Amino acid sequence: MEATSSELSAPESGLKSKIGRLFSRVPIIGWLFGALVAVILEQIVGMPLALALGLPKIPVLFGFVTVLKKPMLVPSTMLFVLLIYFLPIVIIARLSLEPANRLAEKLINFSMEGSVLIHLVLLYAILHIWAEVSDYRLLILKFTLIAIMVTVSLNVINGYMGEFSCSHPGFMALGAYTASVFTVSLFVNDSLFGQALLPSFLGPFLFPLGLILGGCVASLGALLVAIPSFKTRGDYLAIISLAFLFIVKSLIENLEFVGGPRGLSSQPDWANLPIVFAWTVACIWIINNFVRSTLGKALNAVRDEETAANAMTVNTRRTKMVAFMFAAFWAGVAGGLFAHVLRYVNPTTFGIQKLAEVLAMVYFGGLNSVYGSIVGAVSLSILGEALRPLELFKWIVIPLLLILVMIFRPTGLIAFKEFNVKKLIRPKQSPGKEV
Amino acid sequence: MAFFLQNLVNALQWGSFYALIALGYSMVYSILMLFNFAHGDIFMVGAYIGFGVATGLMVLASLWAFTLPGWLILVLTILLSMFLTSFLGMFVERVGYRPLREAPRASAAITGLMIGIILEILILWGMGTQRVSFPSLIDTVTYNIGGVFITNKKIMIVAISLSFMLALHLFIKKTRWGMAMRAMAFDYVVVPLMGVSINHIARMTFAIGSALAAVAGILFGVAYPVLDPYMGIIFGWKAFVAAILGGRGSIMGATLAGFLLGFIEIFVAMIFPSTLRDLIAYSIVLLILVFRPYGFFGEPYSAKLRL
Repeated sequence: MEATSSELSAPESGLKSKIGRLFSRVPIIGWLFGALVAVILEQIVGMPLALALGLPKIPVLFGFVTVLKKPMLVPSTMLFVLLIYFLPIVIIARLSLEPANRLAEKLINFSMEGSVLIHLVLLYAILHIWAEVSDYRLLILKFTLIAIMVTVSLNVINGYMGEFSCSHPGFMALGAYTASVFTVSLFVNDSLFGQALLPSFLGPFLFPLGLILGGCVASLGALLVAIPSFKTRGDYLAIISLAFLFIVKSLIENLEFVGGPRGLSSQPDWANLPIVFAWTVACIWIINNFVRSTLGKALNAVRDEETAANAMTVNTRRTKMVAFMFAAFWAGVAGGLFAHVLRYVNPTTFGIQKLAEVLAMVYFGGLNSVYGSIVGAVSLSILGEALRPLELFKWIVIPLLLILVMIFRPTGLIAFKEFNVKKLIRPKQSPGKEV
Repeated sequence: MAFFLQNLVNALQWGSFYALIALGYSMVYSILMLFNFAHGDIFMVGAYIGFGVATGLMVLASLWAFTLPGWLILVLTILLSMFLTSFLGMFVERVGYRPLREAPRASAAITGLMIGIILEILILWGMGTQRVSFPSLIDTVTYNIGGVFITNKKIMIVAISLSFMLALHLFIKKTRWGMAMRAMAFDYVVVPLMGVSINHIARMTFAIGSALAAVAGILFGVAYPVLDPYMGIIFGWKAFVAAILGGRGSIMGATLAGFLLGFIEIFVAMIFPSTLRDLIAYSIVLLILVFRPYGFFGEPYSAKLRL
């Protein structure tokens, strides 16, 4: 279908559609191969090439930071990005078109799950090798993955159910503190909780349990917002959720046994990249299935017309309750991971600032769309880091960008688009047949 | 008893800030059915404009070697800052709200939030990271009435706030512009067909709301003479809570709820340790909304409202 549409538009624009046609038939797995080669290339020849081009080290974030810090290095940085990332990806993707399509076809015929798994393994390998270069990259990557989880789960309430919920940082805080208390009290010799109760080799195995516990506490907290939502909605619900956020923050500040306003530190370092990646994949997978299920469609019905949905046998109370608790669960898990990546939490982390950040990601990426949330979370996280050299003005550039997006695409960049894994990984061209 | 009365006076002062800011939220809501999330930061910019105007007036007075009495500077500062800040309100309306009038409501909320962040950063950039202190224009005189200490500043703040609220009430009820606003709040689809321009009314509403926020900012500067660029965030969100608590778009409700929120916060801090203030105050707000889901004077959603 894509091929035909690109062919239809071919006569109108010359070069652009030509390039588009060249690459529209590359399947996802081809791009992944290209990216894998690029990151391996960077690992091997990155350092000598950077030195040869006069760069102090490998540009950390595709050269953004270097370009903004030292304008003199713009040409060599661009050359580096071109040689290491752009050219290998494009060339490999184009050259491997035929075999990649054949491989994708074979994989999908063999088993859908297996094919997805292989794609994920490739993606993980790319991210892992990319993050090997510096700890800074690793940290950005982990925070981006966590931001994806938070954004996708907030989209369930704000996008799919159409309520303006402000309580997500509160859910994150509940999850973060529960998981931290779980791990710190059980496995760490700490001044707040005393001696470790269990040997630390059990830790990594019980860590998921702590995260799930955090998620469950967050969903219990969500009841406090979900139950008032039976009777009211819109702005009043926004206030209820905002009050919830203030309450959670203030509650944690007053609980001395978790450190009060000073925060809680010395979480064990178990949130490594594979763990965070696995949780993110699980989160996207489960939420994507949830919103495509009957219950997920019920969310849309409640958003569009609650009375009519009720008349059509949608149990609106159950729907709202499930949506809030479900979204809160994932926010709690993300919060737990966040606490263990940073290895320190304090209540002020989960305030109005965080709220504005998360809301911006959801509305920037697009409402009612898992795809959009991923795009929003990744682009705003990367942008936030890439523009860091601008210091203060970063906070003028990003808001301006968001205002422009809101004015020209009021529902966000990629709104109301289904995230269809099968469509994503299928071959873009049947072998042997010229499209 | 004296202790109680003392806190009552403090709560009146604290509540008048909330009420003045909440009025701006509520007025914009009643016309456009949107909340102006940049309002807290307009309050902050209003305080800084007041600081600038007051300092400028004092410098001018000393340059031309004549003495202006403090109260005159204060009155001039309030009037000039209201005038200047109203332009900021109109600018916010033009940039962030007019292009989004037909868009989903949450999008306008995001533009409002983002304009707020930009305002904070501009002030931070312009004024530096150091807090500035508001010039003390009038000397503090403390009266002791039966064990209750009342300063002249507190009386002045409450009196000025109440008189501005009364003026707003009269403006809305007695003038033709006010009538147009009420009509627009009643039905923003039909009323434009009667020859009332929604753009004019929206612009005016933002201007008036911002002017009131500037008054709140200056009075805040008089009471607590330390300004910092982030002071608008917490104040703005809490006044937003008050505006909703009063009932969406209800001017009367916003005033009352603003004072109520002030009372709750001060009295919670009086009875319990002050660290528990937010916890208990917002639990009370939550309870109020559970039992009165549409605020004090609000009406349930009807088909007319854009959801």
